[in-house]
Amino acid sequence: MSVLVDRRTRVLTQGITGATGQLHTRLCREYGTQMVAGVTPGRGGTDFEGIPIFDTVARAVRETGADASVIYVPPAGAADAIMEAADAGLRVVVCITDGVPVLDMVRVKRFLEGRPTRLIGPNCPGIITPGECKIGIMPGYIHTPGRVGVVSRSGTLTYETVHQLTLLGIGQSTCIGIGGDPIIGTGFVDALRLFDEDPATDAIILIGEIGGTAEEDAASFIKAHVRKPVVTFIAGQTAPKGKRMGHAGAIIAGGRGTAAEKIEAFRAAGVRIAPSPAELGATMQGALREARLLS
Amino acid sequence: MNIHEHQAKELLRRYGVAVPDGEACFTVDAAVATANRLGFPCVVKAQIHAGGRGKAGGVQVVRDAGEAEAAARTLLGKTLVTHQTGPQGRVVRRLLVERACRITRELYLGMVVDRTSGRVTVMASTEGGVEVEEVAARTPEKILRETIDPAVGFAAYQGRRLAFGLGLTKEQVAKAVGFMTALARCFVESDCSLAEINPLVVTADGGLLALDAKIGFDDNGLFRHPELRELRDPSEEDPREQEAAKHDLSYIALDGNIGCMVNGAGLAMATMDIIKAAGGMPANFLDVGGGATTEKVAAAFRILLSDAAVKAIFINIFGGILRCDVLADGVVQAARGVGLSIPLVVRMEGTNVDEGKAILAGSALDIITASDMLDGARKAVAAAGRRS
Repeated sequence: MSVLVDRRTRVLTQGITGATGQLHTRLCREYGTQMVAGVTPGRGGTDFEGIPIFDTVARAVRETGADASVIYVPPAGAADAIMEAADAGLRVVVCITDGVPVLDMVRVKRFLEGRPTRLIGPNCPGIITPGECKIGIMPGYIHTPGRVGVVSRSGTLTYETVHQLTLLGIGQSTCIGIGGDPIIGTGFVDALRLFDEDPATDAIILIGEIGGTAEEDAASFIKAHVRKPVVTFIAGQTAPKGKRMGHAGAIIAGGRGTAAEKIEAFRAAGVRIAPSPAELGATMQGALREARLLS
Repeated sequence: MNIHEHQAKELLRRYGVAVPDGEACFTVDAAVATANRLGFPCVVKAQIHAGGRGKAGGVQVVRDAGEAEAAARTLLGKTLVTHQTGPQGRVVRRLLVERACRITRELYLGMVVDRTSGRVTVMASTEGGVEVEEVAARTPEKILRETIDPAVGFAAYQGRRLAFGLGLTKEQVAKAVGFMTALARCFVESDCSLAEINPLVVTADGGLLALDAKIGFDDNGLFRHPELRELRDPSEEDPREQEAAKHDLSYIALDGNIGCMVNGAGLAMATMDIIKAAGGMPANFLDVGGGATTEKVAAAFRILLSDAAVKAIFINIFGGILRCDVLADGVVQAARGVGLSIPLVVRMEGTNVDEGKAILAGSALDIITASDMLDGARKAVAAAGRRS
């Protein structure tokens, strides 16, 4: 068991003929993901290393039974690609693209209302259920199958965390990179709900960062609903106000969105705070031992 | 990206938002000529990308040409220190000379992209001329809000609800709805991330005017607005941040003495945090991104070394798609090319890490290697301490 994706997931790549789309389609297939189709308008009827390419997502879904999509389309077309995937009825849509205009995402969110599609991203590394299905750009080999769910706004900081867990012999059920943009599809609360309901997930690591109030909302949700152990770290404790720290969403505006506020919210919700990013794995190890989930 | 008040007002004017008559002036002569053309009294306003100008003496009402000249002479070239500029202040390089108006009420109108609702929110308040954050903290009930449905845009009834809520008269309400609708259209069509009219004033003749205007754009949306990109004022930006932007690096200058080079924004912030936890202070945020090349790494090196405060460099890389051997090659070539004069601590993990470490070890460069993030941060703090 896992959340959202597993060995049965059938994935199509939107933007399969670009360099990034090709590289990661190949790497995901090598990992074991069922990469069943590609979409590039105007290239229908051709193939990429044996994977059939279609002009439209609707056609690709009809012909291959794909139920998930990953998007490597450049920023100007990314929002349109997400909407095309949702309109074709895909269950999970992962948008890797960095640099999507925020007002495009406002329209996308509106478009997704009332539709069954779950969007992950944009500006994210993707989602992986170790040993089963990798959709995105994360290095597969650092992951180990197991029972800790990971959800994060960051890419490489997630790799860092997963690597620490794997070195400690703690496997992961599913790792979700929700993305660093101000407006994203799946948020912390959505991911927490999925992990909380997943019988194969024992504990959850949530990696947040400055900006917005998604971490505060996550803390309220944990306090009210989540009984599984949760460990967190908030990046950007030393970040200055009013500066966008790489991620478009990582900005402390009007005194809101500071790391201190978020940490306090998590502490009040009974979440374990890793004292430093180097100790995320060890903090989870401690939490698992305390809950008698690890000897 | 932020722009000046005069640029924001020109943009708003094109959308039919009522703004005072005025013009940007870069010299004393131009300021006097503009003032004479507009007639007196008029207002001479320092143009910098920071609020709090009025309290810092950056806004002066002038009654004749002599006063206009004196004000322009005082302000141009002056370093203005406001609560938003930091202690170093900002040099005034341009002025906005505007016709003065008689004010009967000062209101607030703002638009932002609200992350929680995922929509554009319009905020209005009777507390004009005060920072909205202050109003939100003290009297949140005084902030009226409307959320724009992206499928239909800002609706007239929303404008009426805000306008009546502000206590405007029947005649003023119609004007306010037009004003807000125009502002909302400007916001959406220009890919704004923030638009603030503070104050929005009611004039003695019952008109509405944007007395001040602050607009920020979503950097991700600028690719479709070449004309707005032209509004960038390089003198308002840190030269190292500009240099970094040229190389597609994300860099932000900070106050410490340990230069950081990291891949990924989250890991870069976490690296700053761990340096602080180890007793040091980061000199910057620097994300070299996932597709770092030798050229990019070299550019990042030069930027870090151009900061005289930097006493040690800490490179923290988690190789995913960016392989450690490629990174190591880049570091070695860059360090040789740039001439490394301060201690360099490198922590690498991930794809091809052993090859990467071998390249560093075989380079004959004096590189301090670290086993993990915390070890690297401690070594960097120690190295910087020895040199300062």
